[in-house]
Amino acid sequence: MSTIRFTRDHEWVRVENGATGTVGITDFAQKQLGELVYVELPEVGADVEQGTEAGVIESVKAAGDLKSPVTGSVTEVNESLPDNPGKVNEDPLGEGWFFKLTLAVNSGLDSLMDQKAYEEYVKDLE
Amino acid sequence: MGNVDLNSNLARTPLYDLHLELGARMVPFAGYEMPVQYPDGVMKEHLHTRDQAGLFDVSHMGQVRIHGERAAAALETLVPVDVLGLAANRQRYALFTNEAGGILDDFMVTNAGDHLFVVVNAACKEQDLAHMETHIGNDCRIQRLADRGLIAIQGPGSAAVMSRIAPGTRDLIFMTAAALDVAGIPCYVARSGYTGEDGFEISVPGDRAEALARALLEQPEVMPVGLGARDSLRLEAGLCLYGHDIDTTTSPVEASLMWALQKVRRPGGARAGGYPGAEVIAEQLVNGVSRRRVGLLPQTKAPVREGAEIVNPGGRSVGRVTSGGFGPTVGGPIAMGYVESEYSALDTKLEALVRSKPQPVVVAKTPFVSQRYYRG
Repeated sequence: MSTIRFTRDHEWVRVENGATGTVGITDFAQKQLGELVYVELPEVGADVEQGTEAGVIESVKAAGDLKSPVTGSVTEVNESLPDNPGKVNEDPLGEGWFFKLTLAVNSGLDSLMDQKAYEEYVKDLE
Repeated sequence: MGNVDLNSNLARTPLYDLHLELGARMVPFAGYEMPVQYPDGVMKEHLHTRDQAGLFDVSHMGQVRIHGERAAAALETLVPVDVLGLAANRQRYALFTNEAGGILDDFMVTNAGDHLFVVVNAACKEQDLAHMETHIGNDCRIQRLADRGLIAIQGPGSAAVMSRIAPGTRDLIFMTAAALDVAGIPCYVARSGYTGEDGFEISVPGDRAEALARALLEQPEVMPVGLGARDSLRLEAGLCLYGHDIDTTTSPVEASLMWALQKVRRPGGARAGGYPGAEVIAEQLVNGVSRRRVGLLPQTKAPVREGAEIVNPGGRSVGRVTSGGFGPTVGGPIAMGYVESEYSALDTKLEALVRSKPQPVVVAKTPFVSQRYYRG
C-alpha cells in the first residue's frame, strides 16, 4: 500500500509499506520552473536529510535545490533524467521521479501534507 | 503571492491588459509589472522567435527625443560615439560614460531628421534624463515620450509579417528607421532589436499600442514572448545586459565594446575625446586593460550562472560570470563574464565554480548563434 505526501517546497514522496519512498517534484513546481534543462541527482548510498539539498534542478530561467522531503538513504536514482530533464515536465509524478530511498526511523514523513492539504495549499498560491 | 499585493507600486505598460488576457505570468521588472513568460513557456518562446517571429513588449524602456540644431553635438559630449556623423534615418548603439570611464547606460540613438530619437534602459531612464538635462539641457530640448509604447517584433518571419501590414518596412535595412504606418497606425519603426535576428522595434502612441500588438499577433508567424526568452535570446546573441554585463565599474574597452567607439572619437580622430572619462578610455585604448569581457562555453551540461567565480588551472580566481544560463538554440549552457586579459584569448581553458564545484569552461567567440540581420 502506498501513500503520497507533499512538502511546502513542492516535492512529493510516495511511500510503500512505510519503508521505501520515491521522490519527485509536483506539477505545480514544474509549471513554476518551466522546462527543465539540467538535473543533478544524489549519489546512490548517500544519506539525505529532510528539507536539505539532495539535488539540483535548473530551468532556462533559474537554478533551484531539490530538497529531500524525508530523511533516509538513497537506494536508486533516475539515471534517465540527466539526459532528458524534460521528463520532469512531461510526467512529474511518474516518469519524472528523481530518486528512491529507504526511510530513516525518524524520517519526518508525519510532518508532510497529504494530497488534500497540498491541493488546498497550492490553491492559495495560485 | 496569495492575497498580498506586492506589486501595488509598479507601473504598467499600455499592453498590461493584453498580457493578462494572453495568460502571461507577470513579474516586477525595473519598476514595471512585466510578462516574464506566457503559457507556452520560455523554451518555446525562444525557439519560436528564432524560427518564426516573437512579439515583445518593451514599452518599459525610456523613449526620448532630443531637439535642437545642436542636439548631435551636445549628445557627443556625453558619449564616446559618432553622433554628428549619423546620417538621416540611421541608428547606432551608444553609451553614456562617467568620469572614470565606466558605463552609465547603453542605448540606441537614431537620427530622425529634425531630432534625435533615443531609447534607454528602463531601470536607468530617470537617471539618464537627469544626466542629459543637467549636462546638455541648455543646448537642446530633452523630451520624454512617456505616452508612447514600444513593441519589438523579432525573428526570421518578422519581415514577412511587417511587409503585410507595413509595406514601407521593405525598404529598411538593419539599423535604419523611418516614420511609417503599421496596420494603419502612425509609428516610428527601426529595423533592429535585441535577439540577433532580423526584426523591428516599433514606437507607437500609447493609446494605439494594444491595437498594434493585436494586429501583429493576428499574423500566423507571431507569438508573444516574455522577458525570460528575451534574456536567453540576447545572451545567445552575445549582447550585453546593463546592470549585469556592463555598469559603472566597467569601461567600454573592458566590456569589449570597442566596435561602438568610432574612429573619429578615438585618440587621433577629428573629434577625439570630449566626453566623460575620455582620458581613461583613451589610455585603455592605447595600453590595453587588465580584464576583458569574453564569451564562455561551459564544457559540461551544468548551466554556469551570473556570479560564478572563474579560476585558472592553478585554482586562482581570474574573473566572474556576469550572465549565464541555458541557450535553447545552442542546446546547452552559455555564459559571458570578465576575465584577466591574459586569459581572454579564444579557446583558453578555465574553470567556473558552480555550487563550489569547478566546471570546465572555454573562452568562446560571441555571438553563440549566427546573426541574421537584414543588411539589404
